[in-house]
Amino acid sequence: MGDPRLIEIAPVTRVEGHGKVTIHLDGENNVDEARLHIVEFRGFERFIHGRLMWEVPVIVQRLCGICPVSHHLAAAKAMDMIVGVDQLTPTAEKMRRLMHYGQVMQSHVLHFFHLAAPDLLFGFGAPAEKRNIFEVLKEKPELAKRAVLMRKYGQEIIEATAGKKVHGTGAIPGGINRNLPLERRDHFLSTIDDMIEWARDALALARGYTLDNEEIVAGFGNFPSNYMSLVREDDGALDLYHGNLRALTSTGDVIFDQVPYTQYHERLVEEVRSWSYMKFPFIEALGPEAGWYRVGPLARMNTASFIDTPLANDAHKDLMGVTSGNPNNSTLANHWARMIEVLHCVEKIQDLLHDEDLQGDDLIVTGDRREEGFGVIEAPRGNLIHHYKVDQNDQVTYCNLIVSTTHNNEGMNRAVKDVAVKHLSGQPEITEGMLNHVEVAIRAYDPCLSCATHALGQMPLQVELFGADGHLLDTKAQCI
Amino acid sequence: MSDNRRESSFVFTIDGVEVKAFSGQTIMEAADEAGVYIPRLCDHEGLRHQGSCRVCTVKAGGRSVAACTQPASPGQSVDNETASLTKMRRDLVEMLFHEGNHLCPICEASGNCELQAMAYRLDMTEATRFPYLEPCRALDASHPDIALDTNRCISCGRCIRASQDVDGKGVFGYVGRGIHRRVAVNGENLADTDAEAADHAMSSEVCPVGCIIRKRVGFVTPIGEREFDKGLIGHEIEEKRK
Repeated sequence: MGDPRLIEIAPVTRVEGHGKVTIHLDGENNVDEARLHIVEFRGFERFIHGRLMWEVPVIVQRLCGICPVSHHLAAAKAMDMIVGVDQLTPTAEKMRRLMHYGQVMQSHVLHFFHLAAPDLLFGFGAPAEKRNIFEVLKEKPELAKRAVLMRKYGQEIIEATAGKKVHGTGAIPGGINRNLPLERRDHFLSTIDDMIEWARDALALARGYTLDNEEIVAGFGNFPSNYMSLVREDDGALDLYHGNLRALTSTGDVIFDQVPYTQYHERLVEEVRSWSYMKFPFIEALGPEAGWYRVGPLARMNTASFIDTPLANDAHKDLMGVTSGNPNNSTLANHWARMIEVLHCVEKIQDLLHDEDLQGDDLIVTGDRREEGFGVIEAPRGNLIHHYKVDQNDQVTYCNLIVSTTHNNEGMNRAVKDVAVKHLSGQPEITEGMLNHVEVAIRAYDPCLSCATHALGQMPLQVELFGADGHLLDTKAQCI
Repeated sequence: MSDNRRESSFVFTIDGVEVKAFSGQTIMEAADEAGVYIPRLCDHEGLRHQGSCRVCTVKAGGRSVAACTQPASPGQSVDNETASLTKMRRDLVEMLFHEGNHLCPICEASGNCELQAMAYRLDMTEATRFPYLEPCRALDASHPDIALDTNRCISCGRCIRASQDVDGKGVFGYVGRGIHRRVAVNGENLADTDAEAADHAMSSEVCPVGCIIRKRVGFVTPIGEREFDKGLIGHEIEEKRK
């Protein structure tokens, strides 16, 4: 029996933000404990205190460079409540929705093609120098070109609705500050058919990978959990911009349904653990042991009753058919779900571009002032909660954010342990390829660690290996 | 301007360009009329000249003078856009950035801010070389229609002159001396003064930065339609010569 060991993967790569993984091995090289640590700290919830309420959607979007639109819109929705607006003008709501669909589209495309595709195309254990977007460009140039052009399309939608591709100013309390000029609409319509076709091809690729590698997918971070997302009011359809909360168990039983998101804090509790800057939320009614849940594309497929665009709805039925209509618990099925959402977003963008409300001039409404506001949205990575209190002087006095990656904290940690046990336990030597399996599991959740800690600064992810006596034995660090 | 003064016109040059001036006009006033832009921050149309920011410093007869206060002289040769003057102006602007909390990415004045626009015009492409002073003054949101974030104040004094000379009120004044001099309100907070949203001193054109904030209208103007999305600061003056 050898000495116990500790492996550290630091930083974890091809994720947004910085974190590390630690894996404790016992004297027989079996995995004793494996954890995903988030090592960045930012504190947006605190330093937003005292700022003026109309600044909030612009300030908090700086949490992230990948999904700033999600934070921008969630905060704007909360500020709508503060300024007493429950219903935006059709132009304002549709411009915001267009912005959001462009955002989800570009973020999902970025993740699937740029971050995950190297693993899926070349294998989890492929040499590190092969697992990057440049090799994808070399070996699949047409696919890579489409990925770039699809992301560009989504980014240009954001620019047209928010003024900039990253960190714009479109959404303001009570509405939007611009409409969509006809020339911009026509520009987007000129290539929308290509986007539909390419989204269908990307979906076929993700679906094919999942079904062709059934054995790998079934044994890779596949475990039951609860699921939570927004669903559309009344009919439970997928709705990425607005709706009520629905949570299901791993077998599809309802935990709660059609709960207004203003009551999120009556349903969810955030637990703090000493070894991570990221909190661990759970459903209060089930307690911390059984109440953890997952969010994101696959969770949305599991919770949605249907999808209101035809091509994505067919794809949703197809996905859910694999598990006979019950929730799909496979971590890697997130890629398939993600590409269904890309198709859904492109279909939604197409519908909106034909809607004359986007050229309307009625952009802002006002109402009776309130002191508390909630904004919840389905961000690319999952459910995103913004909650604020604002005093009579228009200054923020309270802020609580629960971001998608935080919701998924327990799920990612369980995936890390599941994969570590299956691929590292009992191995005489731990190779870089084996450790990449752990990263693949994390990557499937497309985590944004910067968002999750509302953090400031730079931070890639690393893996650490600890011995049974707690000593650090090995560290693997990769640069992005 | 009286006919007498108009009659007593003369010519001088700025960077070799002939500029017509009238008796009593400052170098900057004559330059503006002739379509020659001289950078400035503390000077503003309709307010008396102060000559404190020194961004408008030009060389006249070999001497450094503030163009906003120095009278033009017949036959005078003025240097404006030379490499050394541009560097001096850039250094001054850089120091203004280092003295305050000018977080352009989250400031509602971005795109309308004269300090930011001046930095662009002067090609200040890197962060300040000096350690930031990082002032930590509480935001004054006590007034129902106006907020003050004096961490962004550059002490240009335009609000002081507008309040005193145009509004006849004296809402603002300087306090402190030397590096500690700053603009303050004449009371516990802004709500404690007779400031009103309709005051000229509170208008967005008077404050060159994001210090005096009209409440609940931030970010209403979309990116692309803000003042300096249309061109470099001074472009409207320079277009007179085209």
